[in-house]
Amino acid sequence: MAPLLELHDVTARYGQVLALHGVSLEVDEGQIVAVLGANGAGKTTTLRAVSGTVRRDGEIRFAGKTLARHGPEAVARLGVAHVPEGRGTFAELTVWDNLRLGGFTRRDSLKDDFVRVLEYFPWLEERRSQQAGTLSGGEQQMLALARAFMQRPRLLLLDEPSLGLAPLLVTEVFRIVKELNDTTGLTVLVVEQNAHIALQVAQTAYVLEVGRVALSGPSAELQEHESVRRSYLGY
Amino acid sequence: MVELARRFTIRERRPRQARTGVSVPVLAGLAAACVFLVIGCLSSGIFAQQTVAGLAQGVIFSSLALSLVLIYRATEVINFAQGEMAMATTYTAYQLTRWGLGYWPAFFLTLVIAFVFGVVVQVAVIRPVQHSVIAVVIVTVGLFLLIDGLVTWRFGADLKFMPAPFGNAVYHVGDVTFARQDLGTLIVSIVSVLLLWLLFKYTKLGLAMRAAALRPAAAALAGVRVNWMLAIGWGLAAVLGAVAGLMTEPTQFLQPTMMQAVLLYAFAAAVLGGLESPAGAVIGGLALGVFLNLTGQYVGFATSELRLPIAFAVLLGVLLLKPTGLFGRKKVRRV
Repeated sequence: MAPLLELHDVTARYGQVLALHGVSLEVDEGQIVAVLGANGAGKTTTLRAVSGTVRRDGEIRFAGKTLARHGPEAVARLGVAHVPEGRGTFAELTVWDNLRLGGFTRRDSLKDDFVRVLEYFPWLEERRSQQAGTLSGGEQQMLALARAFMQRPRLLLLDEPSLGLAPLLVTEVFRIVKELNDTTGLTVLVVEQNAHIALQVAQTAYVLEVGRVALSGPSAELQEHESVRRSYLGY
Repeated sequence: MVELARRFTIRERRPRQARTGVSVPVLAGLAAACVFLVIGCLSSGIFAQQTVAGLAQGVIFSSLALSLVLIYRATEVINFAQGEMAMATTYTAYQLTRWGLGYWPAFFLTLVIAFVFGVVVQVAVIRPVQHSVIAVVIVTVGLFLLIDGLVTWRFGADLKFMPAPFGNAVYHVGDVTFARQDLGTLIVSIVSVLLLWLLFKYTKLGLAMRAAALRPAAAALAGVRVNWMLAIGWGLAAVLGAVAGLMTEPTQFLQPTMMQAVLLYAFAAAVLGGLESPAGAVIGGLALGVFLNLTGQYVGFATSELRLPIAFAVLLGVLLLKPTGLFGRKKVRRV
């Protein structure tokens, strides 16, 4: 079976600066795939190339469709939810409106999804009419996740979900992602600085260095890999 | 799952922060002004008459101010052509009545045409330059001149007259006389503002439009077609402008300059209310209309030539005391 998401020799640039020098990777349906790498290695840009929020070239295929000409709106409508770094919640809107926006691309009723999302994040119920900007950083990250779930995506792009969160919350975020992957078969491509937790949760991982894939393989193997251990795991 | 739920519910709670943009002194001031107006209306017939007439004028400022705010919130530019667009759509209604349509069919058809007009303007002339705020401003000024020129060329600069929408009847309540025209203007404008508010507050389209205006990038990631939302915003602003133009016509009559003074009052009303705040624009317009009418009645030197200077003196005074306008707020955000 063809992978759900396939990048072949993808380049991306910000103005004159080339950020991706030809990245190729594959994400199978139902997998969690982690992208590791140092700052500036192109992790975030890889996700942005998929969701169409950066100018990109090369071949990107999602569920059999070529994404070359798709802008972010079109990619979202195909079933890709991107939770960007810095969360991308609507600070000025209420928590509830944020969730409603998550389901914006869907035409069917959102009722079941509200119930499902509230199972994972029950505290959202009583904060529903509060402005999202007044939530704490951790809560905003949860809200961004909840909003992405409302989209009922086939592929979730998660950018640095651990950024700025307390360690306990990081564990929670990854646990929820893992649980959704187990129960609903949600496919996830996650970019993460915290290689420890990312390799625990993901089945496959890619290591980026200066805009290229330097290493890839099953997480268990990468965990044992000499250079990964030294550079990203610190032992 | 249950364990997860427990863990998140016992987390520390923060007190809710106030969500309204209104500060206590402003609210108190507005309440005091309302009390003053009510007492005045009850004790003097002329005062009541002038207040209602002022509200009817003010609500026109409100409509146009609101259309300015709609566009300002979405693109952070002032559409200087808003008044001229309103004038052009009023001429459209005039042309429709000349072709034999009744006033109200022409009214509603004009609103539809205005919507299309606004969308087309955004797509054809604003979108190509929207990366630069200053370019958009220049384009709207150019649009002002263009529309003004085209209308004068087609219809001439002399006064034209449309059928009166509400007739010239007056109502007597005790010794107070109310013009049917004023009441009609108030009702039509308030209904259109209310409909717009309902659209923004309760519909999916309204939510998408708010999202697109606040965070275009994040809205696009949620699948919102941001460019279309901006175009629809221009369309709705043009509809509100058309309402303002059509409600101005019975008192100012139809001429190419009919909306220019109204636009200046609408600017004043919008800034008074805080430019970002739709409620502020509406209240700013009403307050300005009533204030100007009452000073005209009771203050000796405030002749009609001084109306505009007085309006801007009020504006200056408010901005000195409260630079963000009455309803402007600093953004609340926790980082």
